[in-house]
Amino acid sequence: MSTEIGRVRGLGSAHAGAHHWWHHKITAGTNFLLIVWLLASIASLPSYDYPTVRLWLHSMWAAVPMVLLIASVFYHFRLGLQVVIEDYSHKENRFVMMILLNVFTAVTAATAIFSILKVAFGAAA
Amino acid sequence: MATRPDRPRSPHLFSGPLAIHYRWSPAMTASIMHRVTGDGMATVGTVLLVWWLAAIAAGADAYATFLDVFTTASGRLNVLGWIVGVGLTWSLFQHMMSGIRHLVMDTGAAFELKLNRRLATLTFVASTLLTIAYWLFLGIK
Repeated sequence: MSTEIGRVRGLGSAHAGAHHWWHHKITAGTNFLLIVWLLASIASLPSYDYPTVRLWLHSMWAAVPMVLLIASVFYHFRLGLQVVIEDYSHKENRFVMMILLNVFTAVTAATAIFSILKVAFGAAA
Repeated sequence: MATRPDRPRSPHLFSGPLAIHYRWSPAMTASIMHRVTGDGMATVGTVLLVWWLAAIAAGADAYATFLDVFTTASGRLNVLGWIVGVGLTWSLFQHMMSGIRHLVMDTGAAFELKLNRRLATLTFVASTLLTIAYWLFLGIK
């Protein structure tokens, strides 16, 4: 996403970062589509008791977009929280916060995707 | 050595006991609320979404525990359920509207003072209306 002249000069304090901005924008777009799908799905569920919700997530028409939603939304929030950390946290603190952010994102994403797949691959009822 | 006056700092929005040196604008409110709503969803929203999914995967008892925290015995939302539910949906719609505004401004458009101010204000009107509409739909259906 950098211009030709920018690439030649290696501009920018970190000589990198355009991909961060670009990925944030791309995931903003995919988040929009996936979140509209989730809001519509939740609104159209007949009830929110356990059998209904489980049966919904068991379907590949819910499980696949839900896995995509986790990937897109979690990558987006990881990029966003990185900017917040870089604004307010410096030196050793920033180093530790960035590692904690990556651990938080990895653990929550893995748990979410495992849960979706467990329901999707599990018995129907 | 002659004492020089303090050099101006930028942007010192607050100085002294929270004195505001700039005239507050809707764009500033939209900007900070984009960060606040994003942070809120990334932390509280993420934990609740993952808990919800894990509870569905873990079984009926775990799902009942999740529901118990946010609903009364009759199955309706309790106070916490309303605060978290409406808070997260408003945050979502506000972040979404503000995000669309960002994408528009990324094209170089809408930097004119009046239009910029109007769009920033519009994000709050739109997010509030969408939140009310969504919860009315959930309540009526």
